[in-house]
Amino acid sequence: MKINSPLQAYKYLPQTNCGECGEPTCMAFASKLIDRSFKTADCPPLVKEKKFAKKLAELEGLLAPEIREVIIGVGEKAAKIGGDDVLYRHKLTFFNKTKMFFDVADNMDEAAIVERVKQIADFRKFYVGNYLLLDGIAVRAASGDPAKFAAAVKKVGETTDLPLILCSFDPAVLKAGLEAAKDKNPLLYAANKDNWKEVGELALEYKVPVVVSAINDLDTLKTLAKTFADAGIQDIVLDPGTVPVGKGLKNTFTNFLKIRRAGIDGDVEIAYPILALPFTAWMAGIEDPVNASYWETVMASMFTIRYGDIMILHSMEPYAVLPEMHLVDTIYTDPRTPVAVDGAMYKVGSPTADSPVFFTTNFALTYYTVESDIASNGIDCWLLAVDTDGIGVEAAVAGGQLTADKVKDAFDKSDFDLKKDVNHNTVIIPGLSARLQGDLEDSLSASIKVGPMDSGRIPGWMEKNWPAK
Amino acid sequence: MAKKMKLTDITNMFSGMDIEALEGVTIEGDIELDLGGLGGGSDPMLAAALGQESAVLAQHFARIAGMFGYPVGIGGPAAAAPAAALAAPKFKDLIPAKFDVANMADWATPIQEVRIGNTSADGGSRGKAVHVGGEKALPFYFDADMPNRNQVTIDVFDMRIGLAKAVKQNYDEVMDSPGEWAKKNVEQFNADMITIHLISTDPLIKDTPAKEAAKTVEEVLQAVDVPIAIGGSGNPQKDPEVLAKAAEVAEGERCLLASASLNLDYAAIAEAALKYDHDVLSWTQLDMNSQKELNRKLMKQCNVPRERIIMDPTTAALGYGLDYAYTNMERIRLAALMGDDELTFPMSSGTTNAWGARESWMVGSPLKEDSDWGPREYRGPIWEIVTGLSLALAGNDLFMMMHPTSVAFLKKATQTLFGSIDEEPVDISNWIAAEV
Repeated sequence: MKINSPLQAYKYLPQTNCGECGEPTCMAFASKLIDRSFKTADCPPLVKEKKFAKKLAELEGLLAPEIREVIIGVGEKAAKIGGDDVLYRHKLTFFNKTKMFFDVADNMDEAAIVERVKQIADFRKFYVGNYLLLDGIAVRAASGDPAKFAAAVKKVGETTDLPLILCSFDPAVLKAGLEAAKDKNPLLYAANKDNWKEVGELALEYKVPVVVSAINDLDTLKTLAKTFADAGIQDIVLDPGTVPVGKGLKNTFTNFLKIRRAGIDGDVEIAYPILALPFTAWMAGIEDPVNASYWETVMASMFTIRYGDIMILHSMEPYAVLPEMHLVDTIYTDPRTPVAVDGAMYKVGSPTADSPVFFTTNFALTYYTVESDIASNGIDCWLLAVDTDGIGVEAAVAGGQLTADKVKDAFDKSDFDLKKDVNHNTVIIPGLSARLQGDLEDSLSASIKVGPMDSGRIPGWMEKNWPAK
Repeated sequence: MAKKMKLTDITNMFSGMDIEALEGVTIEGDIELDLGGLGGGSDPMLAAALGQESAVLAQHFARIAGMFGYPVGIGGPAAAAPAAALAAPKFKDLIPAKFDVANMADWATPIQEVRIGNTSADGGSRGKAVHVGGEKALPFYFDADMPNRNQVTIDVFDMRIGLAKAVKQNYDEVMDSPGEWAKKNVEQFNADMITIHLISTDPLIKDTPAKEAAKTVEEVLQAVDVPIAIGGSGNPQKDPEVLAKAAEVAEGERCLLASASLNLDYAAIAEAALKYDHDVLSWTQLDMNSQKELNRKLMKQCNVPRERIIMDPTTAALGYGLDYAYTNMERIRLAALMGDDELTFPMSSGTTNAWGARESWMVGSPLKEDSDWGPREYRGPIWEIVTGLSLALAGNDLFMMMHPTSVAFLKKATQTLFGSIDEEPVDISNWIAAEV
């Protein structure tokens, strides 16, 4: 965006402090616009009243992200990419996760296509309260045959409502695919220096987003993007080529850095989302399929971190998909909000009335560290996450977010009764909260044992101190 | 690849490109031509750039058409087909654009270069020294060449410990001999360095006396000639004593003492480093300000020279806080490049922490709602690779690792971006039709 202080945005607001947006003042609303948690549409007067129309348009121009947002697909599963304003996540946050599309070749038989599409669409991994999911299907016109491609696109579209990328350099093939994916708003891959005019016409005719492609040639890439923008195509995605190994890969990495830096710096002609093709790992002659898959994940990691907005991948092995989706989540998690788990009582393993009771804070990193330390040692227990506003044990004790009262509240809220649900009326507390021991004995009327300073030492501690004497 | 075209396609293709150049050329009739042999001739970029030349190409096509026996008129009235194509003038010519981007002007402060290991030239017995740091840009960026590649030090423990199965199977037969373990790391797994962790010194484990633990350090120094890092047990009361004794027996070898931290007697460790010629690992927990504080104390209070400090800002595993670890490192490195001289040090990562993630060692997901996690022996190494590679991109220099496959992939990935790996060029232009 072109402005960075609430004061600058405030100038364009009604300045009535009407509160319709839910914020007490227009200035508060302005700061939400700047941190991008609100949109102009969240201000009803600005949108409804005609006298603000000009200001609204100007403000939207100023607030538009540096990198254009492009939407692929339709409905709930539509993939939104781009939209970034910064080069480093800590400067604000990155918007719109890197989208993971997996390939399907049109020369696969129908049953194989259906099976693979289902595998992609169904893959899920539970993480911090949500499922990590895959984002779409890239249909490759490996056959080069329009009819065959259309049939494959149709079959994929019947099997899933995930968004599609239609991949061919042949305009006739792409047209056949577009006909088979009508109203699905697929991403067209790709216009290059040979076919740009025909593919551009298709993008205009079918009103779909389109990739411009120039391998390791940023002048041509920009030329194509500029030409398309001039012809009225707004939804453009850039493919600077993804070379899988050696100096070619280093060049690819450099191209991604350069494109994004130029875009964030204000070169609007190249300020579009970037497509990465870790898929090409499979063209590098790596014989062992595990090694080829690992290399694909390595490439995916590089371009998740450095500015790939959408990726086409091949390996559906869990050892490829799991780390890839976790890294996307890692890089796109908003660093401004501490990640926290719900304050609640959790079971680790299969605890019984004899099992120990621990608590820790709801800072996700703390919680998951403790949980995995316990789980990995096969200890069945009750683990209470105390809501400390997502702050770790040591800092929360020092800052007053973790007190005996807070712990008691947490037990009460989770309906856990130390007198009934366990037969030992004992709580093991983090070593870093040892100073709460006396207070906790009073507030919980339970026996309080001080555990180790580091949850990694819980197993050793347990050997010496459990069952409680 | 040969592609079939009709003559009308050719006229259509040229119609929007350089109208003047096509004037005077009309093509009648319609035949299929195989243009495979004319590759470059149908390149519109070329045509746009060369302007007049496209007329020549058009005439060339016309002559070919003539050869096939179709009537081609030169200078006749415009035919209907190109006129129809002109009716949809969304695209004319490519609008040429030059790409340009500036280097970062505010990355003006280089990272300190630190040497680990003394060779005979420096009074030590290491076969080679390892250099980390010296960067003038974010890692692998085009703004400035990276002077030193990333380095990997592989862990050795002074006692048999519990390890993930996928890791353990590589070390099982050497786990009772730190010297043999170190040798295997260097000879078979290509370790640049060895880290010997004296975990048996922990009072809660074996409480091995410092003096006895130091013998293990001597054993490792004799077994291998790469530089070594020496780690304690993580017990803040005992580590200073253990590391000081280890530093003494390793005098003159310029080892990396791991670690000085704010919750132990860092001055004792700094003193041992200075007295016996070693480097200090300055370890803090995911907090840039603590890192500045500890570095400042090491420099100002303890007089540790800049060229003997490496930072460990803490590594959290992928899925278990890597977002914090990544951003902490990236912020530290950017602040350093922009002149914060309390942070201009190379960084080290305990990448082995990746094995703490359940995804890397658990047989399967504990949640029945999850998709199948697949075989764990393949999950663990890639978890360590992705954790390490992410931090390499954030600015980390030295990696403490465990699995040989992870070491190999991390090295290949970082050295590819570093620019030292040459491979046969791969033609990706036809990836759409690739057989996989």
